[in-house]
Amino acid sequence: MKLLSARSPEASKVANAKSAIWTKKDLLGLEYLSKEEIELILDNAKSFKEVLARPLRKVPTLRGKTVVNLFYEPSTRTRVSFELAAKRLSADVITILKEGSSIEKGETLIDTGKNLEALKTDIIVVRHGSSGAAIMLARALDISVVNAGDGWHEHPTQALLDIFTLMEKRRRIEGLNVSIVGDIAHSRVARSNIWGLTKLGVNVTVCAPKELIPAGIEKLGVSVTNNIDEALKKADAINVLRMQFERDTKGAFPSRIEYFKTFGVTEERLKKAKKDIIVMHPGPINRGVEMAAEVADGANSVIMEQVTNGIAVRMAVLYLVSTAKKKKP
Amino acid sequence: MKIKAKILDKEGVQKAITRISHEILERNKEKKKVVIVGIRNRGEYLARRIAESIKEITGNACAFGILDITLYRDDLTEIAEQPHLKETKIDCDITGKTVVLVDDVLFTGRTIRCAMDQLIDFGRPAVIQLAALVDRGHRELPIRADYVGKNVPTALNEIVEVKFKEVDGSDEVVICEKSGGK
Repeated sequence: MKLLSARSPEASKVANAKSAIWTKKDLLGLEYLSKEEIELILDNAKSFKEVLARPLRKVPTLRGKTVVNLFYEPSTRTRVSFELAAKRLSADVITILKEGSSIEKGETLIDTGKNLEALKTDIIVVRHGSSGAAIMLARALDISVVNAGDGWHEHPTQALLDIFTLMEKRRRIEGLNVSIVGDIAHSRVARSNIWGLTKLGVNVTVCAPKELIPAGIEKLGVSVTNNIDEALKKADAINVLRMQFERDTKGAFPSRIEYFKTFGVTEERLKKAKKDIIVMHPGPINRGVEMAAEVADGANSVIMEQVTNGIAVRMAVLYLVSTAKKKKP
Repeated sequence: MKIKAKILDKEGVQKAITRISHEILERNKEKKKVVIVGIRNRGEYLARRIAESIKEITGNACAFGILDITLYRDDLTEIAEQPHLKETKIDCDITGKTVVLVDDVLFTGRTIRCAMDQLIDFGRPAVIQLAALVDRGHRELPIRADYVGKNVPTALNEIVEVKFKEVDGSDEVVICEKSGGK
């Protein structure tokens, strides 16, 4: 009668998770979430990952809802991932890109948003070049807004999928050491990861050339180093950011080759790190700039798993914002 | 909440489970085809008990699964409380099998509708049957149980509470009355 063992650990876990309820209509950044809310998203993502493994990878949960992808900046992964997440939940999806839309005629973000609301859509997933764009939009609208990256501010779903992937590999992440390497100053991925990881009790180190470390970053509770070997030494996981050549980073480092020499994650450097170090990258990768191709495709890399997990995490976010417990009027 | 009556005690629960297990075996001669699938939360524990009981009777373990029907609910946006999502797991292909859905209380039938929709997304069972520990009436859909532990006529303002020792410390079924106000 093994199956009947009293009070399984699973039962107590359920009880804990029940204490967190999602009440927010939007997901704007990890800075604004509690530890419990972050855990709630990740816990739900686990269930959605299971949905993606079913013979029929679709559930009827958001049938009749419409999700709009409003992208002012280029994206492949995030846009496709949100689109798939919405479709797997049976929502209708519309994608609006800057090119070919009224954005080119000069319509403001708020006006576009209000029109989308008037068109009776339910969730806007927005990516914008200006920090704070998602927050501004969320305040102006009654429908849900999900931040898919705003300027240098936050990219919450990317950090959530990074953390989800880390949890899959290590189960307990509290007390782990994670190093974030690259253009910290201009990276919304770095900022969201810092908020999320520190809230979950992970020790975070950021590593970059001095010019790419924003002043006062230690105040977020992270250690700072300018030495890649130092960042690799104690790390259980390393999250390597893309060098963002499209943003003005001239003068920060002499050349791509120079950056690779001093900060690039190579097989050589990895040999000195923990054997089972987890290597992450939010993509798209500049092979031979921030990371050697062999490392990106190597045994420690979980980069493709991150991409797969992104769908589950975004399903969880879309599900939670659309079933948010409504505040009493 | 005020407890009005105890419908089943520990012994009663065990007897009901044993009887349901025998009935399932009697109805389904091809035992290898039977898959017991519990509906979260309490249905899972009941299903595990039934599967155990069938194993004790026949000597062979039968296929088993758990369904979390949350994502298939028809009232997700209306319910006051956000349900907590849990894992769905069926350890075999259900196509061509006899699936016995198991839930603790059969009430409106809406949960069973969700569960059937979900099952059909997993495969095409030859037959779907339904087992419930308590049938309290008040159906809102044309659904009936094949195996029932106890039929209990209830009023709509009553709540049937099923307790299992795995989660609640003891086995029993009680009827409570919703207190006024909240």
